[in-house]
Amino acid sequence: MNKIRLIISREYLSRIRKRSFIIMTILGPLLMAAIMIVPVWLSLRDVDVQIIQVVDETYAFYQEFEDKSTTMFDYSEEGIIKAKAEFFNTNYTAILYIPRNTYSSPGAIRLFHKKQPSQRTLNYINNTIGNVIERDRIRIKYDVKISELKALKPEIDVLTISLDESGVEEESFAMLNMIIGFSGAILIYVFIFLYGVQVMRGVIEEKTNRIIEVIISSVKPFQLMLGKILGIALVGLTQFLLWVMLTSVIVGTAQAFLTDSSKKIMTEQQRMEAFIPEDADQAPVGRDPENIMAELNQNLELVNFPLLFFCFVFYFLGGYLLYGALFAAIGSAVDSEADTQQFMFPITVPLILAFVLAQSVIANPDGALAFWFSIIPLTSPIIMMVRIPFGVHYTEVLLSMGLLIATFIAFTWMAGRIYRTGILMYGKKTSYREIWKWLFYRE
Amino acid sequence: MSFLSVNQVSKQYDDHIALSEVSFEVPRKSIFGLLGPNGAGKTSLIRIINRITAPDSGMVSLKGKDLSLTDTSLIGYLPEERGLYKKMKVGEQALYLSMLKGMDKHDAIVELRKWFEKLNLEGWWNKPVEDLSKGMAQKLQFIVTVVHRPKLLILDEPFSGFDPINTRLIKEEILKLNRKGTTVIFSTHNMESVEEICDRIALINKSKKILEGSLGEIKQNFTANKIRLQFKGNMIAFTNAMWTGCELLSSSGEKNINTVEIKLRGEVTKQQMLQAVLPHIELISMNDVVPSMNDIFIEAVDQYNQQGNE
Repeated sequence: MNKIRLIISREYLSRIRKRSFIIMTILGPLLMAAIMIVPVWLSLRDVDVQIIQVVDETYAFYQEFEDKSTTMFDYSEEGIIKAKAEFFNTNYTAILYIPRNTYSSPGAIRLFHKKQPSQRTLNYINNTIGNVIERDRIRIKYDVKISELKALKPEIDVLTISLDESGVEEESFAMLNMIIGFSGAILIYVFIFLYGVQVMRGVIEEKTNRIIEVIISSVKPFQLMLGKILGIALVGLTQFLLWVMLTSVIVGTAQAFLTDSSKKIMTEQQRMEAFIPEDADQAPVGRDPENIMAELNQNLELVNFPLLFFCFVFYFLGGYLLYGALFAAIGSAVDSEADTQQFMFPITVPLILAFVLAQSVIANPDGALAFWFSIIPLTSPIIMMVRIPFGVHYTEVLLSMGLLIATFIAFTWMAGRIYRTGILMYGKKTSYREIWKWLFYRE
Repeated sequence: MSFLSVNQVSKQYDDHIALSEVSFEVPRKSIFGLLGPNGAGKTSLIRIINRITAPDSGMVSLKGKDLSLTDTSLIGYLPEERGLYKKMKVGEQALYLSMLKGMDKHDAIVELRKWFEKLNLEGWWNKPVEDLSKGMAQKLQFIVTVVHRPKLLILDEPFSGFDPINTRLIKEEILKLNRKGTTVIFSTHNMESVEEICDRIALINKSKKILEGSLGEIKQNFTANKIRLQFKGNMIAFTNAMWTGCELLSSSGEKNINTVEIKLRGEVTKQQMLQAVLPHIELISMNDVVPSMNDIFIEAVDQYNQQGNE
């Protein structure tokens, strides 16, 4: 036991001290933070504003289009011919032409543009025009007032609630669950690969270095293999914890800064709105960023982070130990990394399969596909991680965890038998048949 | 008293037999040469003694106890194919390997420092292993083999990669350890060094032991009938006189003095040979030709291989 501890600490320390580890530890959170911050920053900072000149021959759409942070609408008195002629002398980026006969044939509406507007802008224009026409048709047909119609239109934001068997209602936020589940799965996938390959490299290094013979005259090959796998697992955990800490520091700082600047933008918008004469009773369309932020925070509070964290660590370790043992066995069977291809294939297939399936599992986290692949140990670390934020019955989780433990013990035992023979075989191309035989060699 | 005894050890891999019923005894405090051509099974045997692999049948015992029960810290093993972790620091690496052998940290540091000084490695403690020259790396490997004061040292080609000065340095250290009571098993293809330091040898060929004994005994067996004569007189007359009982191996002459090497046939004694030739020559000197270990090695292996073919 003492010797395993020695091996673990060597494997751990020699990797922690490597420059590449330190660089990865610092760059990782920066990258992750960048992924989270940059889109927000870009959307807030978007200088790419569309100014759309609305040429409305029906006069029905005046003030119906609302200015957004990236899209402004300017209502023009000019005719379409003049507007088009002067288009390139103005700073308008597009002309929305609503012809006189719109109410009878809405298909005649055109948007002339210098710069392709985003799909979101187009959707917004389509919806708005559709709503106005619909509203006016209803108004004319049933003779009601606009304000009455508006009052009829409810503000809808569906809150999804998952109901578990014990009858406890749990509010869930599908989007957030997807993000959490998927990022957990990606992390596990990346970690298994990253550190599994490190195990393999370590074994190959010892073999090609020929230090292996010195070491196994002091310790059992199995101890060396286990020590290496566990040592590298600790490296992975250390890196993960550092990443979590650093990322939350960076994101936290950035969030504070961005919230501040988004408030500034909002006050500007409010000031602008103040100049526009508007029905006072008009309810706000869309949600403002502050509300989203608050809502997100509120939903984050609903997520069971300790449970998620525990499951992540468990499935990371379980998956890593299972694959780590296989990677160690591969490393022992070859002489150089170039020879690993043929053995790597059957190991990477289930991993990549799990990763690909993760996307369908997110769409249907309680389906048969999701169930089976979150039980099968080769894919369960990734698939179960996707499912957990959506809530999985504890018996399924326990079954999956139990199977994972049993399988990694079996795999480690098998890998140990391959390893102890493989590390002493130099300069021979190894075949599957041979590895199969190694499994049954007497000790 | 036998320190290590190898008893009827056999080992078979898939398609070839590595060792078949090999037995020999290594006396306490001896330096024992384990010899044999490439692929004879030496490495397999050394791995079995080190408990890296286990024999299919047979037993290896250390001081009368089954080896599988004794601690590996009793053994120091310097493999032929040896290496180090390149990225680790010299001192750290030495410390790690000594502690794997069961030394405690403090003791290991003290002992390592002593050895570093003895073998001129002081000043390298904090440098990475990859900066060491080949010779220095070999010294470091030697140090980690002996630092835990093993009772049995197994050295496989310990001098390869050393210049003559360092070879002498290491040889002296091995002999010093031996005088202090360490039993040494020494495997090499360098027969000169076998003659220099071994007390006993075992020769393994094609998975079988074909020769075992003290260096003296073995040489005695191989010298029994080879003689070198120096004489004044006619070479033709000499050949005529000796040919019935002896075989002329080589001859050379300068002026009137001839030197010949002959081999006595069958039951012919030196006495009979001398009686036959003395009337024809004036004898200057006569002595037994002592074969070198090199000759013995080649002859024993050749003989065995021919028998096998017949």
